[in-house]
Amino acid sequence: MAAGVAAWLPFARAAAIGWMPVANLPMPVAPTNKNKHQDEIIILNVSGRRFQTWRNTLDRYPDTLLGSSEKEFFFNEETREYFFDRDPDVFRSILNFYRTGKLHYPRYECISAYDEELAFFGIIPEIISDCCYEEYKDRKRENIERLMDDLEDNKDSKLPNMTFRETMWRAFENPHTSTMALVFYYVTGFFIAISVITNVVETVPCSSMPNQRDIPCGERYTEAFFCMDTACVMIFTVEYLMRLFAAPSRYRFMRSVMSIIDVVAILPYYIGLVMTNNEDVSGAFVTLRVFRVFRIFKFSRHSQGLRILGYTLKSCASELGFLLFSLTMAIIIFATVMFYAEKGSSSSKFTSIPASFWYTIVTMTTLGYGDMVPKTIAGKIFGSICSLSGVLVIALPVPVIVSNFSRIYHQNQRADKRRAQKVQKAKLARMRISKGGSSSAFPHSKRNGLNQSLELTGSLEEDQQLKKTTSLLESQHHHLLHCLEKTTNHEFVDERLYEQGYLQTALQNFPSQSPSLSSEEGITGTCCSRRTKKNIQPLSATHTHSHTHNLQELSALHIQCGEQHPLNTSRSSLNLMSDESGSLNCKSSGLVTTAIISIPTPPSNNSRASPNAPPPPNPDAPPLPNPGTDVVKISAL
Amino acid sequence: AVSTMWETEGLQTFGIVVVVCASLKLLHLLGLISFSEDSVEDELELSAVRHRPEALEQLEAQTRFSRKELQILYRGFKNECPSGVVNEDTFKEIYSQFFPQGDASTYAHFLFNAFDTDHNGSISFEDFVMGLSILLRGSVQEKLNWAFNLYDINKDGYITKEEMLDIIKSIYDMMGKCTYPILKEETPRQHVEIFFQKMDKNRDGVVTIDEFIDCCQNDENIMRSMQLFENVI
Repeated sequence: MAAGVAAWLPFARAAAIGWMPVANLPMPVAPTNKNKHQDEIIILNVSGRRFQTWRNTLDRYPDTLLGSSEKEFFFNEETREYFFDRDPDVFRSILNFYRTGKLHYPRYECISAYDEELAFFGIIPEIISDCCYEEYKDRKRENIERLMDDLEDNKDSKLPNMTFRETMWRAFENPHTSTMALVFYYVTGFFIAISVITNVVETVPCSSMPNQRDIPCGERYTEAFFCMDTACVMIFTVEYLMRLFAAPSRYRFMRSVMSIIDVVAILPYYIGLVMTNNEDVSGAFVTLRVFRVFRIFKFSRHSQGLRILGYTLKSCASELGFLLFSLTMAIIIFATVMFYAEKGSSSSKFTSIPASFWYTIVTMTTLGYGDMVPKTIAGKIFGSICSLSGVLVIALPVPVIVSNFSRIYHQNQRADKRRAQKVQKAKLARMRISKGGSSSAFPHSKRNGLNQSLELTGSLEEDQQLKKTTSLLESQHHHLLHCLEKTTNHEFVDERLYEQGYLQTALQNFPSQSPSLSSEEGITGTCCSRRTKKNIQPLSATHTHSHTHNLQELSALHIQCGEQHPLNTSRSSLNLMSDESGSLNCKSSGLVTTAIISIPTPPSNNSRASPNAPPPPNPDAPPLPNPGTDVVKISAL
Repeated sequence: AVSTMWETEGLQTFGIVVVVCASLKLLHLLGLISFSEDSVEDELELSAVRHRPEALEQLEAQTRFSRKELQILYRGFKNECPSGVVNEDTFKEIYSQFFPQGDASTYAHFLFNAFDTDHNGSISFEDFVMGLSILLRGSVQEKLNWAFNLYDINKDGYITKEEMLDIIKSIYDMMGKCTYPILKEETPRQHVEIFFQKMDKNRDGVVTIDEFIDCCQNDENIMRSMQLFENVI
């Protein structure tokens, strides 16, 4: 519940009077405000700057430093104020959190200083409100990466006891660690360059004799080029195998981009070796040689800039996608228009719409080869519109891509792709912590037996114990929800329990209605055995409480039973509900039987149990969760 | 000849396109069609509605709250609604925050109508404080009167079964889906039946204010629960 609406809680509680005439059950007792001193202004002196606020404002969040008794450690007796030797600027945002319920992150603040202050005052950063949360996360990630980079630089000092394999891997990844690694680095670079140059020169025509027609050098000096190729491929193969051997996780290495490039670079050679005598596939063999050009991508290990370019393109995938999509749409539109515009002119090059695609692309990218030109007036008009719009469409996404590249280059980021997933996950976790937690707070606290403070016979130590864990605000809110439960005669349960109950009842058949002790064990065994095992632990602590609560219920029903005959209809209708096969109350009937064991009086459906019977220490009662015991009492009648 | 015919055709096509675009632009200028999907300018309501409440002394005289209590109440009220009035949507939002598991908007609607005594669509601080004064400091008679007013949706002096059904359904809506036992369709209706059996003494199908007050005063539980929230402020 947001602190901002905490001020309206008295209103909501007062409005609950509207439920009273409708309710058929008595309401629980309201939590009393034991220390009802007048709300006072307390002074917080943070490094000389005095902040003043109401005590109630700080009490809204009892699990932080300022909201709990931890602030008493900072109380200065002489000046009657709380003194904190911390940064007053950051304290401003922290105090505003108490006032408005929203924590903001000021942009000018250093992220680690802010984090320290939050940690000091016991506030978790996930509470930062949406308006500032993205900024906070971005800055935090930058900081972490900067720290990691620094850490890596320091890690280059020799770690003792590294196996040979680890040394090799480190040599491959960081060439400047040892001279051998450096030598290896340069040698492979050199051979990549040689291989690429060889591929290029292979196709240059060189003629031995002036009157012969030009043939490519590759066909002239076949053996020389073949030897060169073999040498390069051998070096690459050896390098790949060594990397594969040294990789800490071979599976992950084989899936990485660089290793795929390596494989693609050397594979054509081996395929060529195998297939070189077969004439039919020589065409395919030639095509395979195209793939040799991928060796140039092996340079990306050597060049940081190339890697960054690759990451940029990956991160700008959406902008590139948009560019492509809008271009395609525009091309199709203009090609169609040009085709129909030029249809009439004689000897028109625009023979079909796909043929016009070429003209459109060339015009929109402002290339203008001039091999296809429109001749009709309409064609020229549309052609000019086409070239103008092409400039616009292409110019729009380009600055985004450029700025992305420069950002990545300056920040030297590693994996932009992972950012989106982390934000999504963190956002879900954050929402679950700060916001979603409120809706299951009430059933949770019920299950922990914390609403025992609402009993008729609450003893002092219990109350003190409980005040530690729930603030007055929370207990009042829970009391309100409890009143609603009593009004409607239904209980709030957790989503989890609700689904459990739903599934369980869908699977089981209903047992008979009459609760006899002998059949009980069987029923609870089949229907609710899973639940009983789970819920033993939290209830053992509230053992006595649950019984006194039962006591309250029994006494209440005792009063009710005398006057309220209509109540029978609701109760019998509840029992009737359990008659229907396949409906949802197997759980209730299962629990009914178990609870009857726990009633101190004989297991009859008569509710005139004496309220003064001492509750026996019953080991059967604890297995039931608190909501179960409550409801059972009602339906047992 | 063929080429000139096609040339005129091409020009005709171009002319048609120009005319169509011009007519679209004309219609847009006239405001008959709009090109943009969400025009933000239309959303700006008059956010200049501000309300200042009556003086503290006057409110003190009209309600049963002390000066300090009025101060606390106003501070909380103003914090949540800086403009000084609560409209129905804000009211529903605030009330729903107390019942996160269910849907409190219907009941909040009825509450809003009960508080908005002059029916001007918004609750000012005076309405708020008057209502609270009755609820927290009023006599039992006044509280029951207020509750009757809440249930009587059309304010005609009679509670019919339909009105009661609406109210009870809205209360059950606040419970939400995850309840134990699972809420059934007939539960609100049964609850209404119980209520009418209790309250409708002459069995004429409606509950009047006298029947209501009479019956509630005879019911120990209801009397006790009416005193429950005395110490809220």
